[in-house]
Amino acid sequence: MNFYKIWLRNISVFFLICSSFVSFAVVAQVDTFQFDKAENQERFRNLSNELRCPMCQNTSLSGSSGGVAEDLRREIYLMIKEGQTDREIKDFMFERYGDFIFYKPRLTVGTIFLWVGPAFFLLIGGCVGFSVFRSAQSLTLKNKTLTDSDQNKIESLLTREEQNLKIKGKTS
Amino acid sequence: MLGYEMLKRLLPISAFFSFIAALAVGLFLENKDLPSVLVGKQVPSFSLKTIDGSLVTNNDLPGEIFLLNVWGSYCLPCLIEHPTFMSLTERGEIPVVGINYRDELNLADDWLKENGDPFLFSIADPSGRFGIDLGVYGAPETYLVDAEGIIRYRHVSVLNDSVWREVFLPLVKSLRTPKIALVGM
Amino acid sequence: MLPEIGHFSLILALNLCVLLSVFPFIGSVKGDVVLMSLARPLTVGVFVFVALAYVSLTAAFATDDFSVLYVAEHSNTLLPERYKLTAVWGGHEGSFLLWIFMLSGWMLAVAHFSRSVPLDFLARVLSILGMLSVGYLLFLLATSNPFDRVVPLAPADGADLNSALQDFGFIVHPPTLYMGYVGFSVVFAFAMAALLSGRLDSAWARWCRPWANVAWAILTLGLCLGSWWAYYELGWGGWWAWDPVENPPLITWLLGTALVHSLAVSEKRGAFKSWTVMLSILAFAGSLLGTFITRSGLLTSIHAFASDPERGIFILGILVLSIGGGLLLYAVRSPLLKGGVGFELSSREMFLLTNNVLLVVAAASVLLGTLFPMIFQALTGKLISIGPPYFNAIFIPLMIPLIFFMAVGPLSMWKSTSVRSMVTRLGRVAMISLVLGIGLPLVITLEFDFWSIAGVGFALWISLSMISDFGNKIRKKSNIVEGVRGLSLSYYGMQLAHIGVAVMVAGISLTSSYSIEKSVLLQSGESTDLGEFNFEIGAARSVSGKNFSGQEVSINVSKDDIFLTELLPQRRVYFASGTPSTEMAIDAGFLRDLFVTLGEQKENGAWSMTLYVKPFVRWIWLGALFMVFGGLVSAADKRYRYLQESVDKNKKSLATYSSGKTADVGV
Repeated sequence: MNFYKIWLRNISVFFLICSSFVSFAVVAQVDTFQFDKAENQERFRNLSNELRCPMCQNTSLSGSSGGVAEDLRREIYLMIKEGQTDREIKDFMFERYGDFIFYKPRLTVGTIFLWVGPAFFLLIGGCVGFSVFRSAQSLTLKNKTLTDSDQNKIESLLTREEQNLKIKGKTS
Repeated sequence: MLGYEMLKRLLPISAFFSFIAALAVGLFLENKDLPSVLVGKQVPSFSLKTIDGSLVTNNDLPGEIFLLNVWGSYCLPCLIEHPTFMSLTERGEIPVVGINYRDELNLADDWLKENGDPFLFSIADPSGRFGIDLGVYGAPETYLVDAEGIIRYRHVSVLNDSVWREVFLPLVKSLRTPKIALVGM
Repeated sequence: MLPEIGHFSLILALNLCVLLSVFPFIGSVKGDVVLMSLARPLTVGVFVFVALAYVSLTAAFATDDFSVLYVAEHSNTLLPERYKLTAVWGGHEGSFLLWIFMLSGWMLAVAHFSRSVPLDFLARVLSILGMLSVGYLLFLLATSNPFDRVVPLAPADGADLNSALQDFGFIVHPPTLYMGYVGFSVVFAFAMAALLSGRLDSAWARWCRPWANVAWAILTLGLCLGSWWAYYELGWGGWWAWDPVENPPLITWLLGTALVHSLAVSEKRGAFKSWTVMLSILAFAGSLLGTFITRSGLLTSIHAFASDPERGIFILGILVLSIGGGLLLYAVRSPLLKGGVGFELSSREMFLLTNNVLLVVAAASVLLGTLFPMIFQALTGKLISIGPPYFNAIFIPLMIPLIFFMAVGPLSMWKSTSVRSMVTRLGRVAMISLVLGIGLPLVITLEFDFWSIAGVGFALWISLSMISDFGNKIRKKSNIVEGVRGLSLSYYGMQLAHIGVAVMVAGISLTSSYSIEKSVLLQSGESTDLGEFNFEIGAARSVSGKNFSGQEVSINVSKDDIFLTELLPQRRVYFASGTPSTEMAIDAGFLRDLFVTLGEQKENGAWSMTLYVKPFVRWIWLGALFMVFGGLVSAADKRYRYLQESVDKNKKSLATYSSGKTADVGV
């Protein structure tokens, strides 16, 4: 009766195993590319940190053991060795994998909101904060005496509480 | 003044519901396929050996609509989709060209001997270099290429009978009708 | 049999939750003491049955009962015993059961420790928590029952737990994270109860504050453990990856941090009430969003087959009902929250307000970056990735003013504080931090590095201002002992947490600036230098465990020809899944970590490996631990306990009064 369902489940278990193999980059990758200049080594590191391993759940090329990641790192290494610039290498990747490969999205009409967004949030936050301050200030002006006496009351209550505590502490 | 107060109070909840709407849309996105950058472009030029050792180039691709399947003997999902390709070529529905991706030749050979060979030929890509030109993520992947050698669609992961029927067949049919194919361009 | 008992207990717990969410609530509306006092026993009942369900599932794992599908998928006969017990939360179903278990534990704690809270208020709080539990339990039973059987075709050996999860970090990280997450449900319930009853005063903030502090502290610990786990398990020396699964806890943490501060203002000054309630709702929403994102498969990419839109819809429903309901209640009742006291532009309130704005803006920005790829795809059909380079660029500029105000806030006065006095008090601190901040890194490394200077400078800025404030406060008392004892625990808690931030800031900036790494291919007997350390490769030998086998390479590390330590990185293959995995070798130190990742052995017998030297990386987690202790210490402040004791005393006197022994009361 439910055999199809069970089969489906078994298949999905099967996939889970495969996918855990692919997506969990537990096998840390070790490349032993040799660069003639320390500066190129640094470029290699930056590029493989900024580019995403396309097949992985969310890892940079440098952090992944996936097949494509390995190939792409080798490709970066060869291109650096050939003397290509970072720009050229990134364009090469873009032609094949699109925007998906960049961890820092290129600035386009669509992605501009990524940069405007936080500034916009800050603006809203500033406005909210300012309005809270304004209403508080009007309170200060209106009920200054009342507030002060309230404050005194609160403080005297608090000190009494503290004293009570101390007395308790001493007696016990 | 009252209107402004009201607005201020309702702002969080309306922001929240638009946020929820966005999440719901995201949930139903048929997103798990990655659209390829190469859709609408020519299959990258190549001159590579097949796993039998003969040299092939773009000119050897079939002059009709065909499938380009990325596979490997290590890839378990490839084994699952294999019967679909076998029956497709047995019925003569569509030619299939294989790309043996990041594999060892003798293992690939054994795999085809054991499970049957549906491919017109299989391009050997042991280093994955041709895969990079195609924007391959990993095996299995299947590309639909038209008679002019232009990539029309890319499917990531298993292509089973129902994917063929529901996704590929309508595309193939529309491409085989010449006028619509022109409109598609 | 046992799994059925577990399943049945869950159903019973669901029924009790329904009762809990209905009767005490009605009681609190009608003022019916009998109905209200049902809240406590019902809560105990919910806890007992959820615990029973949890124990049953654990027992199924312990006994390798692979007829239970969830056990078959996440365990294996060869799995070591301790991992069998923790594999319970190795997948979606079991981890959600753990989540519910944690919530019922929090509910029990609220029922037990909130003696000082009036009964009608407590009944509302527990009722609301009961409603949340109804949603969670329905979700578990309807879409992800961990007790489902695969009776006809039970597999003999089971599948396997992901090898990355077979580890101490995995044992402790998820439960702690959930514990913190779920704690914010309690704060949310307190806020909702306050809105319903209209009783949103300093007393409310005082009841709520210890819970918020504890939840915040545990969430901090959870994040810290997660970061530490990723560092040593995933193998590229990273401690934070801005992953879509990591970001929601961080968002919740940022909102929770804002909440903890805003609650302080609400308690001490009766101000920011409506803002505090809003933050309680938002922090809780953050925790639910985290669940939604990890469990719906919303933000995973290809090759992740575990996604299930049905679950996503269900969690979205819970989100809509709870958060939507909360916000609706907020919209209706927020006029009640008017009032409070005034303050001036230069006042502690204002500095805390700035802190809140910055934290919430940071949380919103991280959320934007996390969800943007999805929104972008919905609108354009194109895929983009957003990763560390973006988040760092957005997050760090927001943290800098926050850290600046961190030194100013605690020294300032409520209501109004003169700018001149602040300048005189902080001027010297600023001078010293500037001089030492630039001087120390420059003198030690002889290199100019902006971020290490900023890090050291800000760490000094926070800690020196704290020390100066501490000194000032003590000097006011007659002697030091008196002074030290005179300060409240919540003051010490704040100090600890803030110094934790200083330690963490120093750790982050120094490890980011001065970490070095090197990938090499070396044969046995060869050696290489990295920084001031020499790594010499020794012999390789095979190792094996109950469910894996592999190889281990011995590496001797020395400095100036003096032997320091032997590192033993491994490569393992797990039998059940054939998954290869790397075990990093780490020599942890207060000032630096040495870290080796083993790659493959090449044909000529040489091993590829990456060597790392990571200065001050431990300070990141050390700082987090300071924050955790700070949160706990301030939650233990006697003014929260005092309330309870006085109520206990009242109760006792009431009891003695009612039993006729009135003569004893006047002691």
